[in-house]
Amino acid sequence: MPVAYFLVLSALLFSIGVYGVLARQHAVLVLLSVELMLNAANINLVAFSAMLGDAGVPGQVFALFVIAVAAAEVGVGLAIVILIYRNRQSVDIDEMSLMKW
Amino acid sequence: MADTYLQIIFWVLFALMGIAGIRVVTTRNVVHAALYLVATLLGAASIYILLYAEFVAWVQVLVYVGSVVVLMLFGLMLTKAPIGSANFDNNQRLIAAICAGLVFAVSSYIMVEAFEGQEIDFTGTAGTNVQSIGEAIFSIYVLPFEIVSLLLLAALVGAIVISRRDEGEVES
Repeated sequence: MPVAYFLVLSALLFSIGVYGVLARQHAVLVLLSVELMLNAANINLVAFSAMLGDAGVPGQVFALFVIAVAAAEVGVGLAIVILIYRNRQSVDIDEMSLMKW
Repeated sequence: MADTYLQIIFWVLFALMGIAGIRVVTTRNVVHAALYLVATLLGAASIYILLYAEFVAWVQVLVYVGSVVVLMLFGLMLTKAPIGSANFDNNQRLIAAICAGLVFAVSSYIMVEAFEGQEIDFTGTAGTNVQSIGEAIFSIYVLPFEIVSLLLLAALVGAIVISRRDEGEVES
């Protein structure tokens, strides 16, 4: 099976994530879209790992690292979202313009 | 012949993940968005099993479906967000769609051009098993592995510090 199929699937998921990050207003939904993009990267890593056969083990190792970092990112991101909600009673990211130039 | 079955399975998963992914970013209900994300992540786990990466697939199911999505649902609950059919999209949807379409077109064109003719051989190797992954993690990649554990600890402490109430802070 051509490896390009898996790369197209990952490009599709990544662009869906890009759309979600750009078009969503709710902070938790933006985090969901970021998860979609990280998964696209993981599919690439595992596809190349399968393409390389026995030499491809590092691809799966790095996919595991990406999963671990994504879990840490979600924890800290949600803590920040909850703090912002507690201070401003809103999770609308278009209203968070305090640090915008 | 086996390759034909694999291709059918792959395209079914492709369609499922595409539809569920698009629903994640278009649905009007935040809980539905999280549940569609579960469908997409399970599809990705199936793709990993298709690629003989069973260990990554089960880590995906445990970590993503088991904890990340649950965390997201807790986040939705704790922020008392309007769950119903409020409009969660801003007014840049057209620009966002154009950007996403461009990203998809350019990146898939480049990758299809660059990796044309490269095949994944499903017959020769039985895939990389858990033993070789474990040997790789605990020999070559032992330093990144330890750094990831430190990163998780730092994220844990950081999340607690960020989200706890300071002394004397009143309940809002």
